[in-house]
Amino acid sequence: MPTLFKDIYEDTLEFVRTFGAFQLFFLRLVRHTPRMVVRRPGLIIKQIYNTGTLSLVIIMVCGLFVGGVLGLQGYSNLSRFNAEDSVGAVVALALLKELGPVITALLFAGRAGTALSSEIGLMKATDQLSAMEMMAVNPVRRVLVPRFLGGVVAMPLLVAIFTCIGLFGAHIVAVDLLGVDVGAFWQQMQLSVSADDVREGVLKSFVFGIVASLLAVWEGYNTIPTAEGVGRATTRTVVITAICVLILDFMITAVML
Amino acid sequence: MLRHPKPDRTLAAPCNSVAALIVSKTSENLIEIKDLMYSRGSRVIFRHLDLTIKRGEITALMGPSGTGKTTLLRLITRQLVPQQGAVFVDGVDIATLNQRGLYALRQRFGMLFQNGALLTDLNVFENVAFPLREHTKLTNRLIRHVVLTKLHAVGLRGAADMLPSELSGGMARRVALARAMVMDPEILIYDEPFVGLDPISMGVIVRLVRRMNDALGITSIVVSHDVAEVSTVADKSYLISDGKVAASGSPDELSVAKSKLVRQFMHGMADGPVAFHFDAPDYAEQLLGRDN
Repeated sequence: MPTLFKDIYEDTLEFVRTFGAFQLFFLRLVRHTPRMVVRRPGLIIKQIYNTGTLSLVIIMVCGLFVGGVLGLQGYSNLSRFNAEDSVGAVVALALLKELGPVITALLFAGRAGTALSSEIGLMKATDQLSAMEMMAVNPVRRVLVPRFLGGVVAMPLLVAIFTCIGLFGAHIVAVDLLGVDVGAFWQQMQLSVSADDVREGVLKSFVFGIVASLLAVWEGYNTIPTAEGVGRATTRTVVITAICVLILDFMITAVML
Repeated sequence: MLRHPKPDRTLAAPCNSVAALIVSKTSENLIEIKDLMYSRGSRVIFRHLDLTIKRGEITALMGPSGTGKTTLLRLITRQLVPQQGAVFVDGVDIATLNQRGLYALRQRFGMLFQNGALLTDLNVFENVAFPLREHTKLTNRLIRHVVLTKLHAVGLRGAADMLPSELSGGMARRVALARAMVMDPEILIYDEPFVGLDPISMGVIVRLVRRMNDALGITSIVVSHDVAEVSTVADKSYLISDGKVAASGSPDELSVAKSKLVRQFMHGMADGPVAFHFDAPDYAEQLLGRDN
């Protein structure tokens, strides 16, 4: 038993230590942000391209099919109560408030988050970060901050695109294939969706963008500099981001209800 | 050669750590390592190491594999911090520097890493231009001239548009050398500069190291296993073994030294104080499975 308590104590201590280091790391990124935004916007724009533009295909394809499934399920269930005209409202609320931000964040973690982690991890493993340090260039500022900011900016844009494409997918299925009235589809949506719903989605997309990007650069920066270490960091990025996104989604939803 | 703009030394306040670093000192020893202790886990890398590197000389750090030569370079550049003892650069204990002071110090260093450490998302030209773009406000035209000059010196002006992934190991190291010297540093550190170079490139690089040191009056530190090449270029060599300096002197002095360890290393002999085999159980017993 003493060994068990000792293990729990040491694990707790390690967790607290890591969490503290994580918060300090976040503050370091925030501290360097204004300078990078003003002096090196080109680096940030390049990373918005890398994390955002290069994720567009997967986001659009997934958005289309998620919207299509929502349209199909919405029609199938609402038609039992002769409420199939409300399918537009259901799809819009689901995408705006929940599925848009959450699924985009999960896809972002899988596509851009892993790319960020592995890129930074490999830079560490091949001494590129040490070389920058030796050239008196702060790698946190030069490498991590642009990647972090690129993800933070890209995420809300990707969520917006995912939601729009999702609505388009739902429209194709519900209106074009299943025969829901096009006027009712859009009118119900307009009546049901309020500015608060949009705000909730936007807030979630920002929070998820910060969390997903922060975890990706943190894991990459703290990689054990070996091939196995980079692989582990990449996996951890996806797993931890997914868990954090779902927990935060619940918390934000609970607060905003 | 280009000298990048330096702060006005007359304005340097003596109490400021950054200012202290940019004040030009005239003492003979540029780097002094005193009573250095460093260990990783239970393994002691250095115990009470004392070493000095003189201004304007090429100093070679040699020793068997695993003696911590690269670790020593990292301690000199404060990528690592000693557990005891101190490293002085121009009389300043570098462990006491804040980040600003440390970066001011590192702008005086150029370092060639063992594996080159080129930035993989930039092409050869941009890799060499990287320190200039980060630390100077030179025009693109001037940067182009400087970078092409440095690439020409290492024979890779024609590879300016290539990506690091398209270079051979030797070419990558030559590009890294061009990058290390692009800011015309006062102290150039070479970590295994001759590994992976063909004989022609090696000859050119050896002459380049010597010529730069003499023409620019810089101080060079070379870590290498290559006794023959180091002997042609170094003014002074330190042989490090078992965590401390086992011998020091000019290459000629080391080559005729009486010490068994020095003779074994300098002449590449299998038998001597340095065992070729890492500590292991008896070979026959292990093969027969009786080592448990």
